[in-house]
Amino acid sequence: MTTTLEADVDWKRVCTVDEIPILGSRVVNSPAHGAIAVFRNGDGEVFALRDRCPHKAGPLSQGIVHGKTVTCPLHSWKIQLEDGQAVAPDVGCTKHFPCKVEDGAVFLQL
Amino acid sequence: MRKLKLVMVGNGMAGVRTLEELRKIAPDMYDITVFGAEPHPNYNRILLSPVLAGEMTIQDIILNDLQWYADNEITLHLGKKITQINRTQRKVVAEDGTEAEYDRLLLATGSNPFMPPIPGKDLPGVISYRDIKDTDEMIDAAARYKHAVVIGAGLLGLEAANGLALRGMDVTVVHIADWIMERQLDRTSGKMLESALAKKGMKFALNKQTAELVAGESGRVCAVRFKDGETIPADLVCIAAGIRPNVELAEKAGIHCDRGIVVNDTLQTYDPRVYAVGECANHRGTAYGLVAPLFEQAKVCANHLAMFGIGRYQGSVTSTKLKVTGIDVFSCGNFSGGEGTEDIVLHDPGAGIYKRVVLKGDKIEGAVLYGDTKDGSWYFQMLKDGQDIREIRDHLLFGNSHLGDAGHKGANSAAAMPDEAEVCGCNGVCKGTIVKAIKEHGLFSLEDVRKHTKASSSCGSCTGLVEQILASTVGGAYTPADSSSKAICGCTDLSHGDVRKAIRDQKILSAQEAIATLGWKTPNGCATCRPALNYYCLSTWPHEALDDPQSRFINERAHANIQKDGTYSVVPRMWGGLTTPDELRAIADAAEKYKVPTVKVTGGQRIDLLGVKKEDLPGMWSDFAKAGMVSGHAYGKSLRTVKTCVGAEHCRFGTQRSMDMGVKLEKMLFGMWSPHKVKLAVSGCPRNCAEAGIKDVGVIGVDSGYEIYVAGNGGIKTEVAEFLCKVKSDEEVMEYSGAFIQLYREEAYYLDRTCHYVQRVGLDYIKEKVVNDEANRKALYERLLFALQGYKDPWIEHAETPVLRRQFENLSV
Ligand code: SRM
Ligand SMILES: Cc1cc2nc3c(=O)[nH]c(=O)nc-3n(C[C@H](O)[C@H](O)[C@H](O)COP(=O)(O)OP(=O)(O)OC[C@H]3O[C@@H](n4cnc5c(N)ncnc54)[C@H](O)[C@@H]3O)c2cc1C
Ligand code: SF4
Ligand code: FES
Repeated sequence: MTTTLEADVDWKRVCTVDEIPILGSRVVNSPAHGAIAVFRNGDGEVFALRDRCPHKAGPLSQGIVHGKTVTCPLHSWKIQLEDGQAVAPDVGCTKHFPCKVEDGAVFLQL
Repeated sequence: MRKLKLVMVGNGMAGVRTLEELRKIAPDMYDITVFGAEPHPNYNRILLSPVLAGEMTIQDIILNDLQWYADNEITLHLGKKITQINRTQRKVVAEDGTEAEYDRLLLATGSNPFMPPIPGKDLPGVISYRDIKDTDEMIDAAARYKHAVVIGAGLLGLEAANGLALRGMDVTVVHIADWIMERQLDRTSGKMLESALAKKGMKFALNKQTAELVAGESGRVCAVRFKDGETIPADLVCIAAGIRPNVELAEKAGIHCDRGIVVNDTLQTYDPRVYAVGECANHRGTAYGLVAPLFEQAKVCANHLAMFGIGRYQGSVTSTKLKVTGIDVFSCGNFSGGEGTEDIVLHDPGAGIYKRVVLKGDKIEGAVLYGDTKDGSWYFQMLKDGQDIREIRDHLLFGNSHLGDAGHKGANSAAAMPDEAEVCGCNGVCKGTIVKAIKEHGLFSLEDVRKHTKASSSCGSCTGLVEQILASTVGGAYTPADSSSKAICGCTDLSHGDVRKAIRDQKILSAQEAIATLGWKTPNGCATCRPALNYYCLSTWPHEALDDPQSRFINERAHANIQKDGTYSVVPRMWGGLTTPDELRAIADAAEKYKVPTVKVTGGQRIDLLGVKKEDLPGMWSDFAKAGMVSGHAYGKSLRTVKTCVGAEHCRFGTQRSMDMGVKLEKMLFGMWSPHKVKLAVSGCPRNCAEAGIKDVGVIGVDSGYEIYVAGNGGIKTEVAEFLCKVKSDEEVMEYSGAFIQLYREEAYYLDRTCHYVQRVGLDYIKEKVVNDEANRKALYERLLFALQGYKDPWIEHAETPVLRRQFENLSV
């Protein structure tokens, strides 16, 4: 989660934390960025990744979340929620978006 | 808090593996200092053979480079041999005076080559084969001299001889016994191997005893003289006459040694601060000379160094594989037989194949394979598992990988495959890639290969091939884990069996609770263990356990099959493969309304609507619900289909009403979750048009009733179902098949189909519980019916419940 609050950044509210299941995700459609997967992990942290696996574009939002990782539903690559990098030995990366929770609401920086 | 000091003497494979295991489970407990007599960081000693053969370089076989030691904050002293252990002051002293204090000491000094007391053994040009220095010396000699003699025809000697021959030397192998590798092979296979190696240019002098190594004018060895007077020229003599545990240091320090440093089941020596692992250790009378047992020791030792105090090393059964390219020899366990054993032998000299499996009672004691070793790991696995082989005895020698394997063009012998041949058809991985990964990353287990190459990680049908490649690349360093004690995944050391038991004994009611109470290493498990835990809780405590959607694979969470493009497929249930004009109309309407791109008749006698958008699923389901149709669970580890033929209702041959029977079974099992998918079929007569012979439960109508077959599989590996029993009435069919399925639900490991479960426990056990024991059968059947009581169709439920529907609704910004 990003804590720096620069004046000029554009934070967009997407939903409340409760609307994302623990160890689950929701999909946010953004006109500019396409589908974004917003995950909530076991510690209540929230992360956002472009909803496309670096392997064969599988929808990461539909994977199983564990620790700070999501396992892609199509061929089980593991993607790190913090930076979108694939866990070795797989190699690849999907875009990640800064994300924060304030007063129970989830904001994305787009 | 002051960290404890751990000093390790011997920077080889067993010791460093112990440190790796220790760092994984207790990263901060110790300050670690390592002394290694060799000037190299830890390397893969077993790959010295390919280095000698010119297939690899020293750089390729380094397992832990200097950076690894730095990253793990390990103080490394290379080229420093420890000469003294001072146990009262708890410190070690090296040749050059370097000292290090310890709280715990780990001895991993390996072994020394055994040098028989032959006159001339200290001459220049006479070497052993143990480390990089020896290998370099051989490579160097091969470039300058012509005649090489290898004394000793064990694994090591033959690999040395092969390497020297490939480097152009004229090699003679001298051996004291009648045939080569007499400790691994019996006479017949030894002779076959000998002639194959002779074809590669090696000469053999068998039944020979060396009297003397003769010096030439330069002072270097020039000949070998035998006791019978014969003399052969030799510019290089490699002695490979066996190894002796390296106990000199420990012995001098007064630690109890007896053909190895004596250790207990926790790898502790007689001095409780001192541990020993690897070839230097004697555990229950055995000092091992292969890598696989050493790795098992390393794991247990690390656990005790980390003060967890769980795990005992109880000894290993070993297998060996000669690493000579193009030649296949495998042996495991006791293959020479003896009192109370029987041999099953297949010998085809023309094809160059020899197989011998030694049995004691109904269990495998050992095996020797020559020429065709593809079933080596299968025999070895059954040996380690102590599996009862009575039922497969008649085709045991024909192996496991004969028929039915799909997806690699029927190829099942890795040795014959060229490097570019595809091994894993799912992930497009070829043989060369696998070999390269094994060598470059120092891989030793099937799991490692899967992780690094993806080979055999999807459907698994090429597992046997990958195991062969692994075995022929790392020799005896590969052993299949015994299935009963294998950990579920990296999150835990517990096996499926342990976890099932704990969930029952401790009444654990959710996956999250299991993770918390059973000491998981990760906070929320992973995509492998969580679905298993969720299933175990649900099947053990029906109506009480908490189903966790986030611990289910997406298909089960979304009640539809995810497709490669992220859309879904919808398969409504058609009971027994029967449908009506109304149902067909509802399907046609839905296909039009939701613009379904593909409508297909499945192999399971129903209709699949493919390419549905996730957002459309709830709407489509409620349309189907209105037409009285429910989920087909085509996506779940659950009841799939009950295929039927037309049967006595219409068919001129039909003896029983198979459609009726099928529909009854499908209704009975509707909504059932299971370790893996479950498929049934009912045929009206033995012509078996519903293909009941390859189903989890297959029912075949005969004039006097029904025959029930179980544990068939038509998928990755075709398995023909086995006859369970014959019954008279429809009610009995339901009771017997229900009881069998419930037994499977309660005892199988997650992702085992019925065929895997029955292979593990044996058909006799099933018959005992389901057929012979009436009370037990009825109890099983009742537990099944209880678990399925009140099941609500998920499609209706999702369409009605807003919270459940949420996952299908996207947000927007
Ligand atoms: C749709 C269908 C193919 C078809 O168009 O006919 C199909 C489609 C899939 N099969 Fe199948 N199988 C289908 C009949 C079969 C059959 C034939 C049968 O059921 O009579 C078999 C062999 C029989 C058997 O299972 O014993 C079969 C053996 C497999 C296997 C190998 C299972 C095994 O234990 O060896 C898998 C892989 C797995 O489950 O891990 C698999 C997996 C799959 C998956 C679920 C792949 C996946 O994980 O995404 C496919 C989903 C496609 C989709 O989105 O709908 N499918 N699959 C069939 C659906 C039947 C139904 O109405 O429910
Ligand atoms: C050519 C060759 C091929 C092989 N092929 C196979 C195979 O295919 N499959 C298989 O399973 N096994 C094979 N082996 C056996 C395998 O390599 C050994 O079982 C394994 O390396 C033993 O590990 P270890 O840690 O006990 O000993 P080592 O790996 O020998 O390590 C011991 C280390 O301790 C050092 N040392 C000893 N004393 C001291 C001291 N006082 N102070 C400091 N350092 C000291 C030694 O220099 C050495 O580096 C092969 C061995 C060789 C030589
Ligand atoms: S439907 Fe079955 S056989 Fe066909 S590609 Fe998918 S898993 Fe393979
Ligand atoms: S698309 Fe994600 S693993 Fe293949």
